[in-house]
Amino acid sequence: MNWLDICALDEINPLGSRIIAGPKGDIAIFRTSDDQVFALDDRCPHKGGPLSQGIVYGKQVACPLHNWQIDLQSGEALAPDVGCAHRHEARVENGRVQLSLNQRKECAA
Amino acid sequence: MKKLKLVMIGNGMAGVRTLEELLKLTNELYDITVFGAEPHPNYNRILLSPVLAGEQQFEEIVLNDLNWYAENDIHLKLNRKVVKIDRARRRVIADDGSEAEYDRLLIATGSNPFILPIPGKDLQGVIGYRDIADTQVMMETAKTHKHAVVIGGGLLGLEAANGLKLRGMDVTVVHIGDWLMERQLDKTAGTLLQSALESRGLKFLLPKHTAELLDNGEGRVCAVKFKDGEVIPADLVVMAAGIRPNSELAEQAGIPCNRGILVNDTLQTYDPRIYAVGECANHRGTAYGLVAPLFEQAKVCANHLAMLGFSRYLGSVTSTKLKVTGIDLFSAGDFIGGDGTETITLSDPIGGVYKKLVIKDDVLVGACLYGDTADGGWYFRQVREGQNVGQIRDHLMFGEGAIGDAGHQGQSKAMSMPDDMEVCGCNGVCKGTIVKAIQEHGLFSVDEVKKHTKAASSCGSCAGLVEQILINTVGGAADVKPKSEKAICGCSDLNHGQVRKAIREHHLTSIPAAMAFMEWRTPNGCATCRPALNYYLISTWPGEAKDDPQSRFINERAHANIQKDGTYSVIPRMWGGVTNAAELRRIADVADKYQVPMVKVTGGQRIDLLGIRKEDLPGVWKDLDMPSGHAYGKSIRTVKTCVGSEFCRFGTQNSTQMGIDLEHALFNMWSPHKVKLAVSGCPRNCAESGIKDVGIIGVDSGWELYIGGNGGIKTEAGEFFVKVKSAEEVMEYSLAFLQLYREEAFYLERTVHYMQRVGMDHIKKAVLDDAERRKALHQRLLFSLSFEQDPWQEQLSKPQLKKEFDRIAVKQLENA
Repeated sequence: MNWLDICALDEINPLGSRIIAGPKGDIAIFRTSDDQVFALDDRCPHKGGPLSQGIVYGKQVACPLHNWQIDLQSGEALAPDVGCAHRHEARVENGRVQLSLNQRKECAA
Repeated sequence: MKKLKLVMIGNGMAGVRTLEELLKLTNELYDITVFGAEPHPNYNRILLSPVLAGEQQFEEIVLNDLNWYAENDIHLKLNRKVVKIDRARRRVIADDGSEAEYDRLLIATGSNPFILPIPGKDLQGVIGYRDIADTQVMMETAKTHKHAVVIGGGLLGLEAANGLKLRGMDVTVVHIGDWLMERQLDKTAGTLLQSALESRGLKFLLPKHTAELLDNGEGRVCAVKFKDGEVIPADLVVMAAGIRPNSELAEQAGIPCNRGILVNDTLQTYDPRIYAVGECANHRGTAYGLVAPLFEQAKVCANHLAMLGFSRYLGSVTSTKLKVTGIDLFSAGDFIGGDGTETITLSDPIGGVYKKLVIKDDVLVGACLYGDTADGGWYFRQVREGQNVGQIRDHLMFGEGAIGDAGHQGQSKAMSMPDDMEVCGCNGVCKGTIVKAIQEHGLFSVDEVKKHTKAASSCGSCAGLVEQILINTVGGAADVKPKSEKAICGCSDLNHGQVRKAIREHHLTSIPAAMAFMEWRTPNGCATCRPALNYYLISTWPGEAKDDPQSRFINERAHANIQKDGTYSVIPRMWGGVTNAAELRRIADVADKYQVPMVKVTGGQRIDLLGIRKEDLPGVWKDLDMPSGHAYGKSIRTVKTCVGSEFCRFGTQNSTQMGIDLEHALFNMWSPHKVKLAVSGCPRNCAESGIKDVGIIGVDSGWELYIGGNGGIKTEAGEFFVKVKSAEEVMEYSLAFLQLYREEAFYLERTVHYMQRVGMDHIKKAVLDDAERRKALHQRLLFSLSFEQDPWQEQLSKPQLKKEFDRIAVKQLENA
């Protein structure tokens, strides 16, 4: 896997997120309260809302537009909503956040 | 930790709901075993009547399928009736000889039909009406036999009779009382109901006492004989003369019973290891036979089984709805009335409408509706909340639509709405979709409907309508509660009031501390509870509790309003709606420099710049060089003013200056919900003070204050609060009221709803009657505001806050 260096972990607030410009639009990188990081395309499967602007809790984020709940690990919307935000690999190595773009299409349609 | 053993006897709605509530709290504590006498998983017993009537299939009324038990590691023992509880050895024994040991035992055996002790009661063709098996017998018998007699003219008996009639039988209902459903209806409504059912071909004999069931010579019933000697043919006799709590097992085991297993407010029996819920339990002298109270019991019982130990069951007010398609009937609370009660009735026997409201001490205590039950849900809510209805008494009989409801909730005819009519205007959800979801998924609360259909999940203005549809679909099973009793969210069982109290009494000053103290179930809450907690903390402990931006909705974190495309709108503050050439020039320059797509004048007398990119926000603020307008927050918004006595030829007071002063005083105030003020300079009221949280109208002799007005979702006129003489008094009284609201209201509760909940008397007592308290409230608000500063300036002056707005540049991606 090709890991890109993004920033120091401290650059993202706990329960917060940052945005980077990806090749196919913005990518949101989230940090949980236990310092795990997750990356999703910054578009809610519902109406394209910027997930990066949502409230992060547990391993989920609530879309700021219509409060869809998106699972950070899979990108899937929580029931009863159905939809999926494209996910990328993200990790923390030696205090640095790293990202690996995911080219596979995992979301149905 | 080794798991404790929890055994449940009975696999019905109350018991399984208790397990569901328990599993929400913990799945670590117990190894669960369930004994069910029936061969089915848990199904919705309330919907047996629609199955009998051929309107639904059995598969549709299953609430928990076998997978649910498997997924939750519940050992389900179907077709096994428990025959003994051995308390000494803490085990139960089933009819097939199998045993299960318990650390905690939950008895949820429900009830048995009351079988009249008359000759012939054991003949073939004589049944009760409690379960699927009874329903199947009725459906089979209807295919081969003609005459059915239903003994009992209550809810269950009439639903059975209606179903049998629809299946082609000739049905006679025998009832001992003077009129039908005498426990749910008064005589007038009962008589109306009888004639409606007679017109559908049902026959009635009442009052009539059954003496004996006659044998056809082959062990099957063939006729019913009455005490007066009359005999009528009967191939099927359904005993629906009431239910008896099924407490036999408990009695044999020596657990005190008296018309049900006696339980305390925690649903515990006299044996502390044994709990009982549902129809088999007797709480404070009542064994409930309707499902809504059982669900409340389930919640409390689960709380104690999970060893949380703080929840209490205090009894329920119940409502009834007859599930006979085409007959509208609703009753709730004490609808018969008696000493000290007053009755309002509307009776139109020809039109088939009858309504009766029972009022005691200015509080609605009961309602009985026939023919037009559209307002049933609304009356039920009034009964449950016990609010003073003195003020709306004149209009009470005409329902929710008659009390000045101009908004969406005014459309209170849930019953008469066609299926394709839109209920939720935000998410485009029609009535039919909601009804279908309620039936297919077995939903009982507005929250569940919100989750499944999205109806009422955005602006919430149709929540009342959704509640009515729910009540009309599932009747008394609907789990309807005011916000004051509802849990704050799924992360906790505490309601808003309890959370506020804990934060105050235990001096909690951070979200992690509050969550730990109140034993939150989730590691860091959710998008519903965190903003509420954050507000409660900073409003209760100003200067001590630290604001948590990550627990604020994005608008309050970015200090701008997010738009549908992810851009933001920026509204700078214009004190009292007054601006000048220099400000307007800067606004124009910003609009040019950042290529702002739209510049718009707002309803709050200021200017909105729409379509700004988030990373441009700090630059826009800097260039505007104006304070934040807080148009994005649960906070003070604006103080709208009219021109007033400085220019206007009618003006009596300087409303503009009053507005500017108020807006300066309230600058940076966070509140449970948005707060809007207006000041008019004369009774012509050009600033629309009548629909503001605090509306002020200048008159020749001083100022009038109105509170609790609202011009949004549901238009509400503000209520007259007080008249004062000086501008200083306007300031003191307005700020004192707003501080009271800040301290007592629930998060996301507007002043109007806060007022409806606590009552105007309470607010007057605190702010008007007690000068000391008023001054103290005023001072507390000033103290609270002393810690706040203009958020736009704060963002610009603290470089560490900049990362909220900056994007991260990644070189490799830019080149790609």
